[in-house]
Amino acid sequence: MKKFDVEDDVRELPAAPSFSRVAGGTVEFVERSRPGTLSRLAKALLISLLAVIGVFAGAPAFADSVGEDYENQISGNVKNEGTPLEGVRIIVEGNGYTAEVTTDAEGKWSIGVPEAGPYDISLVEDTLPEGVAVIEGGATQSMEWGYSNRVVWNFFIGEGERNPTSQFDQFLMRIFAGLNFGLLLGLAAIGLSLVFGTTALPNFAHGEMVTAGALFTLFLSALGIPLLLAFPLAVALSAGLGWALDRGIWFPLRKRGVGIVQMMIVSIGLSLTLRYVTQAFLGGGTEQLPGALGSAEINLFRTVSLSVNDIFSMGISLLVLVGFAFWLLRSKMGKATRAVSDNAGLAAASGIDVDRVIRVVWILAGGLAGLAGILWAYFRPGLKWDMGEKILLFIFAAGVLGGLGTAFGALVGAMIVGLLIETSAQFIPSDLKYVGALVVMIVVLLFRPQGILGRRERIG
Amino acid sequence: MDWNSLLVNTAQALFSPVTVAFAMAALGLAVHFGFVGLLNFGIAGFMAVGAYGYAISSLTFGFPWWAAFLASMVASALFALLMGIPTLQLRGDYLAIVTIAAAEIIRLLLLSTTWIKTTGSADGLVAYADDFRSVNPFPPGAYGFGPWSYTANQFWVLTLSLVMLAVCLLFVWRLVKSPWGRVVKGIREDEDAVRALGKNVFAYKMQALVVGGVIAGLGGALYVMPTSANPMLFATSLTFFVWTALLLGGAATVFGPLLGAVIFWVLQAFLGSLLPALADLGVLGALSSAQAGSLRFVLVGILLIVLVVIRPQGLVGDKRELTFVK
Repeated sequence: MKKFDVEDDVRELPAAPSFSRVAGGTVEFVERSRPGTLSRLAKALLISLLAVIGVFAGAPAFADSVGEDYENQISGNVKNEGTPLEGVRIIVEGNGYTAEVTTDAEGKWSIGVPEAGPYDISLVEDTLPEGVAVIEGGATQSMEWGYSNRVVWNFFIGEGERNPTSQFDQFLMRIFAGLNFGLLLGLAAIGLSLVFGTTALPNFAHGEMVTAGALFTLFLSALGIPLLLAFPLAVALSAGLGWALDRGIWFPLRKRGVGIVQMMIVSIGLSLTLRYVTQAFLGGGTEQLPGALGSAEINLFRTVSLSVNDIFSMGISLLVLVGFAFWLLRSKMGKATRAVSDNAGLAAASGIDVDRVIRVVWILAGGLAGLAGILWAYFRPGLKWDMGEKILLFIFAAGVLGGLGTAFGALVGAMIVGLLIETSAQFIPSDLKYVGALVVMIVVLLFRPQGILGRRERIG
Repeated sequence: MDWNSLLVNTAQALFSPVTVAFAMAALGLAVHFGFVGLLNFGIAGFMAVGAYGYAISSLTFGFPWWAAFLASMVASALFALLMGIPTLQLRGDYLAIVTIAAAEIIRLLLLSTTWIKTTGSADGLVAYADDFRSVNPFPPGAYGFGPWSYTANQFWVLTLSLVMLAVCLLFVWRLVKSPWGRVVKGIREDEDAVRALGKNVFAYKMQALVVGGVIAGLGGALYVMPTSANPMLFATSLTFFVWTALLLGGAATVFGPLLGAVIFWVLQAFLGSLLPALADLGVLGALSSAQAGSLRFVLVGILLIVLVVIRPQGLVGDKRELTFVK
């Protein structure tokens, strides 16, 4: 451990490093910090400092590969339009381990790591040639392992300016991102809210219905079905999943007279089951839907631009939401749904087939959640086995904020949550932006527990 | 198939510090849910607060081990108070949503790089148990017999965990037999009836939330004692695993949580060895051994569904004790 004393002082961390094996090259400790020009600069300075220490310690400064002895290898190839870039610095950190390499003449690098856990891979943009930047996913990206102990991680490099936008333009772009996220969150939240309104069940497996939409799309496109056909098919399959869950689980449980708390725990069990079945077949890695990466950017005004994917995503969400609103307000079934949601007993007494309404609500909830899942897989971008679990609490936050049981309330809540999450990152550290939405949900429950559009009696 | 290592792994789970820590968390949850009827879906948050309460007070403030345990208990109690104020007036399902969100807030705060010097962010914290290890009365060497072999440190953690668990079990056992216990069970069955008797329902619920929270927080501190504290340990899944263990043993019983935790971890260890081995033998069709590893969590989900529908009172519970009336 003596070898690390100097670095420990620099790092000023109370904990001792939890590993003792370093092979082939220098291993540096760098402070983990959120990406940002200033902190990147600080990081670069710290690295340079450590590099100097490394030189004094008599070790080679940088290599194109370190940790060859480890079983788990992360490697990549840094190229700009086919031209390999030499001397680009790559840092891998996580699980108490940090290593760094520079790319060789062919742009290649490789880093061995002690554990097959998640790591953050950073490309130090200052080491890229002038006018070139990472154009997708940011300069720091988190990676996950699949079933193999080798991962290839490539950054999308292209012509671009580093951080050229002003504060105001950044804020505008965040508003667009917030609208986009809010709309797709709304699609998912409406289903959750309607199910709650008609059956009083807070469905903790709703997140898995979101994952399902993206999964079906991945599956269908892997079968070679064109995307334009795969999307509606995936939504239909998700709607089918909603129907099947109601038919197979919720309807029989309702008939048995199982209590709401028990049903809630059943939904948790269902969520665990579906999630880990997905993990078993999809693996722990992140998959991409066709066309999710490298979507063209369209400049709107000033430096504000939106990707084609974002524009399509917002358009589709808006269309579906308007269509849904018409259905809910004008159609006979929509009216019946609202009646059941208000008072199921009264609705049944006035001749409404409550079971049929609930079945339709589950089908709708499944379809809308599936669509939200597809759009979210493009928004993030990426598809992962636990993506539904990640979004579930924000769906709930949207529902609670607007008033659980109200369809339009869920939409209003979702827009607020989406905008709040994305715009708050302007003022608070970006890894805390999700905390804000959850705190707001709890505060709303303190002062207006029925939500924005809910009625007081619902809380009981 | 290596039957020997399979049996050794399974037997080890019977007396592992993790199992004991899990039993503590489940016992805390039993106080919340089993005896008072509070739908706390944020037990992972309590465990995280307990674990980091110990680790941070020991690393950042240099507390000795016993003071760090006290700090861990105080932190969990404060977290319970903070969480109880907005939530205890709410209906059960809302309480569930808020507690699950509160636990996620704790995890995200610990994961954030803003306080990396204190929390260690995604890397977590290590070496906070040094002072605890320095008072280890057992001289270095190997302890135990058969499949149960421990280093002196492991044995010390296990001993203290078992002592703490015994104290907590005794405490909860006396508590639910006391007049206080009868009042909170009344709250579980019919809150309005208890209120009509002039009892302050909110105060009772709050007291229960704090008592259960402190026990779960201690469980969290013990959970990370053998290794390291990391925000990823306290994901929402942990809450649901504790729930599964609790419902398996019997939510409204004192010894059910212990029984449930032991069965849960023994089963996990058994399936964790058996399923990949079966996959290697090709019995599970095209599944790889890693895929087969995920299957045991699928089984947890199915177990949870079956339990709550078929046998909500758990293995040792009394059907009349827990009717899920809310």
